[in-house]
Formats: sequence, structure tokens, C-alpha cells
Amino acid sequence: MDKAKNSKLLSMFSGTFGFTIISILIGLGIGAIVLLIAGFNPIEAYGIMLSGVFSKPKYIAYAIIYATPLIITGLSVAFAFRTGLFNIGAEGQYIVGALVAALTGYFFNLPPFIHVIVVFLFAATAAGLWGGIAGFLKARFGVHEVISTIMLNWIALYLNNYVVNLNGFKKPQSEASYEILNTANISLLSEWKLSDAGREWLSNFPFLADLMRAPVNFGFMIALLLALIVWFILNKTTLGYELRAVGFNKYAAEYGGIGVKKSIITSMVIAGALAGLAGAVQVLGVTNKVAVLAAMEGYGFNGIAVSLIGANTAFGNVFAGLLFGALNYGGPKIQSGLQAPSEVVDIVIGTIVFFIAIPGFIKMLLTLRSKKRGDTNGR
Amino acid sequence: MRKILSFILILTLAMSTFLVGCGAGNEDSADKGNGEAALKVAMVTDVGGVNDQSFNQSAWEGLQRAQEELGVTVSYKESNQDADYAPNMEQLLDENNDLIWAIGFKMGDTILAEAKNNPDQKYAIIDYAYEETPENLVGVVFKAEQASFLVGYIAGKMTKTNKVGFVGGIEGVVIDGFDYGFQAGVKYANPEVQVLRQYAESFTDSAKGKAIANSMYQDGADIVFHAAGGVGDGVIEAAKEQGKYAIGVDRDQNDLAPDNVITSAMKRVDNGMYNITEQLKNGEFPGGQTVVLGLAEGGVDIAPTSDKHVPKEILDEVATLKQKIIDGEINVPFNAETFAQFK
Repeated sequence: MDKAKNSKLLSMFSGTFGFTIISILIGLGIGAIVLLIAGFNPIEAYGIMLSGVFSKPKYIAYAIIYATPLIITGLSVAFAFRTGLFNIGAEGQYIVGALVAALTGYFFNLPPFIHVIVVFLFAATAAGLWGGIAGFLKARFGVHEVISTIMLNWIALYLNNYVVNLNGFKKPQSEASYEILNTANISLLSEWKLSDAGREWLSNFPFLADLMRAPVNFGFMIALLLALIVWFILNKTTLGYELRAVGFNKYAAEYGGIGVKKSIITSMVIAGALAGLAGAVQVLGVTNKVAVLAAMEGYGFNGIAVSLIGANTAFGNVFAGLLFGALNYGGPKIQSGLQAPSEVVDIVIGTIVFFIAIPGFIKMLLTLRSKKRGDTNGR
Repeated sequence: MRKILSFILILTLAMSTFLVGCGAGNEDSADKGNGEAALKVAMVTDVGGVNDQSFNQSAWEGLQRAQEELGVTVSYKESNQDADYAPNMEQLLDENNDLIWAIGFKMGDTILAEAKNNPDQKYAIIDYAYEETPENLVGVVFKAEQASFLVGYIAGKMTKTNKVGFVGGIEGVVIDGFDYGFQAGVKYANPEVQVLRQYAESFTDSAKGKAIANSMYQDGADIVFHAAGGVGDGVIEAAKEQGKYAIGVDRDQNDLAPDNVITSAMKRVDNGMYNITEQLKNGEFPGGQTVVLGLAEGGVDIAPTSDKHVPKEILDEVATLKQKIIDGEINVPFNAETFAQFK
């Protein structure tokens, strides 16, 4: 009986998705223990987190807004990873993309829609070149991309701070740039919803009115579109085939006539462009400006975790990004809800993420357990 | 099929636990609300966080004092990145707070938009003065240059090498006040003394603060003043390791290095928070105004622990200077222009 049950359990969760779900539950369980040790009721805490994400339309909107840049930086990391490259530089590429988006969004004078396209093109190109530097260094001189991208992250951060502080771009009396022009904004009806007419109309529809309190924008649509494009490039094109081949075994790929060096550069350029688009989406949709950065904001680093949870697949990234966005948005609410120190909340969120990111470990544990019992049907 | 079913089952189980938890939580808070009906005041920290040993911490101490003495309910929300400011304020709005504070000028635009959006909600911000303040918003600014002038005077009198240092966070209106106030104080005490100045381009990078302070000490400075939030932790650490003097900022930082922090240019953010909260309780919320707090109003001062290291004669002179500033005999410069005139 026990044996049969065990084998069933394993077969149910043999897919990556199944293991991820178990990992999430274990993560929540360990997080609960941390909360208990710190003297807080975990059920209450998770209740606050869950209602903080799902109880109002605007909360859901916010969770999606938090998720959007993470999905895209996750795609960037995943894309490079499929070519066997570890793109820690998504953070810096994100910063470059955001900076260029703010510059072109403020200085260019173009008709609505076209302006947005132009901003995206510029941001993707600049960040793509930024990522390409690391790719070039790796291909030409064998500099490991982890080293070069970490360095480039810092260069991007200080470049951002330098440019933001330039006269003519920096808004006086602030630590941030001027806001982008309305023609470049991808928010949904951002002007109208604050106008008298807009408010009056919205007051008839409480659901919409609440939803529109969040900076609702087209960023999530763009993230989905990018996921589709990444999936298509990787799985349906010759380029994607070559890039993946290099990722599997670059010597075999080279023997098969694939230009490994070219593939490395191409992969880093595309990964950089993706991370840059994440920055552009955030600027055009949410922040509308770039600020002097005291420290890295973590969009790129969180993208690494998102990519890991999403098993480096395009659509896995979308779900992982949403999960991460919800945790990032809902988690801190535990702090004000329970009067818990924010450090405890950070530890809990960190624990959950840690366990979510290691479904491989859970898989191993389960397999081991079934083997121990001599259950050969476990597989 | 079975796979999918079991996932749904597990999810339902998980959800039901959460939802039960949810219900319980809400009841609890409702009970509290009915029992006391106290004023609720909350604050949003900037990216420094509530334990930054400086600005945000001082603000939170002010609110905690208000909780003890005025019986209001207080809470805070931390921001990890600039994009968190707006959702944090939305969250506090949903928690039915009577007054929402924004700590730091970085939130200036955000809170202005929120105030315009929610005309019935009261807001206040530290370190921001608007040209036109909405009726439901208060800006609270401090004459940091006055306290900086006093610590600058102390530094100018106490330096043995005739060199002192200033470490700033990120250049801007607020830090300019500290910078030029300090320089003016030093020059007022002793025109011979040279002031080394450097900006860390950060408010959080304490390693950088330490590096800058170390190089200043090596260049011969024996007292370094910082106005750089978390960066200053590094400055004070450098002073401790090198056995040199440092001057703290925002709150009395002597507890970080009792033998090395000779004084601090205190910006009583806590007093500002407490005063406005008290006014709110008494129904005198100064909406639509900018409240300026200087030496006269108890908004800025030097640290009470200054007498541990600073000789009494100098402290007496400082007391005289303080009175002169309050009386308007000395106009302390707060930016490059006024500093040029001061000379």
C-alpha cells in the first residue's frame, strides 16, 4: 500500500512543473518555521500576503507590474543560459536600457506610437551593445562573461549616475531626470484617469476605478510578446538551433560547423537587448524617469532567480516572473500587517525563493526515497 | 489528467489554509480599531531602510515617541527601490491611516501626486518644500546648515593639523546645506583651516565612505564630518580604526564610536514628526504649508554628548553662536552662492 502510494506520488510530480509546486510548498513551510521562531503566526502572515496580492484589483495589477521587468530580465538570463553563458550582467544592461529609454523618451519629439517604438529600438540597441561587449571579450580574448558582466554592471551604474546628474537632463531640486514626454508613455490612459471627466466616469465602475489606481500599462503584453519571440528564436529558427547547440557542447557544435565565437556574441547581444527592454518597459510604463542609483536595484539579479525557477524556458519564465512579482509585492505587506521587523520578512521571502529555485534538489530527494524502499516502479 | 487533478487539489488545500488565516487576521485588526479608535500614523522610508542609523531611524523614533506619549498607532513601510514608493503609499492609504509620512525628498513627486489623487487623505513629507502645497500636504524642512555651522565651528577650533574633511552623500539641495554650513563654521572659527570635500555619490555604500575617510585622514585631516546616511557608518568606522575624530549627522551618533564621534549635527527629524503628529491630534494640522525648523524651533542642534570630547570653552562659544544665529546676527550660508557672500 505504502509502496504503491509512494510510486504514485512520484509519478504525479515527475514533471518539472510538479516539482516546482512541491518546492513552493516546502519553501512556504520553511518560511513558516522561520516566522514561528521569530514569534509570528505564519498562517496569519501568509494570509496577509495572499490577501495583499489578490484581495483588490489594484493589488493584482501591482503584482503584475512588479513581475513585468522580472519576466523580461529572466528571459535575458535564460536566453544566454541556453547558449551556455551566465549573464549576470542583466542588471547593468537593464540600467543602460532604462537610461537610454529615459533619454530618448525626453529629448526626442515624435508622434505618439512611433515615439514608443523608437525608444524601444534605441534602448534595445544600446543595451544589446552593452551585453555584446561581454560577448566580444569572451569570444575574442576568452574573458569569462561572469567577470566582465559584473564589472560592466558597476560601469553602467555609475554611467547612469553621471548622465542623470548632467545639466539639462536632471530635474532641478531632485535626484532624478526629467520625466519622459507623454508621447512615449505606455501607461493606459494615464492622463485621462486623473482628469475630472475620467474620475467621474470611473466612479461609476468601482472595479475599474480601483484597478486604474495602479499604473496599469502595456508592459505585461510586451513581456508576453517577448517570451513568444524568445521561444520562437530558440526553438524554430536556425539561429536558435545554433545557439542551443553551442550551449549543449561547444566543441561538438564547432565540429558541426557552427561559428562558436559568433554565437557567443550574438547570444549576449540578444540577451542584453532583452534586459534593456525590461528597463525601457519600466521607464515608459511605471517610473517615467531614471534616478541616481545608490545601489543596484536588483531587477537583473532577480531575473537570474526567475530564469532558474522557470527552468530557462520562455514560458516558464512568465510564470516564475509572476510568482516572484507577487512575492516581492505581497511579501513586504507582512511587515506592516504584523508589525514584524522587515528583516524577518526578508528572511522568509529569501527562504521561499531559495526553495523554489531548487526543484532539482526536491526531485533528487523524492527519487532517493523511492529507491531506498526498493520501489523500482518509482520511475 | 490525474496529475492535473492532484495539482488542483493541492492548490485548493493550500488556498483554504491561507483564506482561513486571512479571515482571522482581519477580525483581529477590526477588534483593535473598535477598542481604541486611536489616530493612525504611518511612514514610508526611502531606500535607506528603517535601521539606517540616521535619517529614517530618527523619523521612526519620533513616531514611536508619539505612540508612547500621544497614544497614536504608528507603523512603517520600507522601500527597496524607487519604484516601491507609490505602491507603499497606496498600501498605507488602504490601511486607513490618518496621516501618511514620506521620509526624504526622493518621494517629493510621488507624494504630491498621491495627495492630489486623494484629497481627503492627509500627507506630510520630510525635506521637501513645494512652491504650491496642496491643502492636505505639509512639507517639513530643516535648517541643517545651522547645526552644520556649529559642528564646523567645533571642528575648526579643535583641529590640530588645520585640515578637516567633509564627506557628502549625493550632491543636492539638502546636502548642500550641510556642506556649506560646515565650511562656513570652520572658516568662522579659523580661516586658516582647509576643508577637504568629497561626495560618495551614494547614501548606502559604507565601504566607499570608509575609503574616502581613510584617504582624508592620510592627507592630514584629523576630523571628518559626514552628511551621507549609511555611507557615514564607514566614515565613523575609519575614524575608529585610525584613532581620529569624526562628526556624526542627523542623530547623536556617539553610540557608534564613543571615543571618536566628538559631536553630531543633529537634524531632529523625530521632533518634526512628533510635532506635526501632535498638531494633527489637536486638530491643528498645518496643511498646505511648508514648516521650517531651525535652531530656534528645536529642529536642529548639536548632540547632547558633545561635552565628552569638546572642551567647555568651545561649547560656551557655541552656545553664544547659537544665540546669534537664532537672533539673526549670523546668517548661515546654505549653498554655493550664499557661501560666496558669507566670505
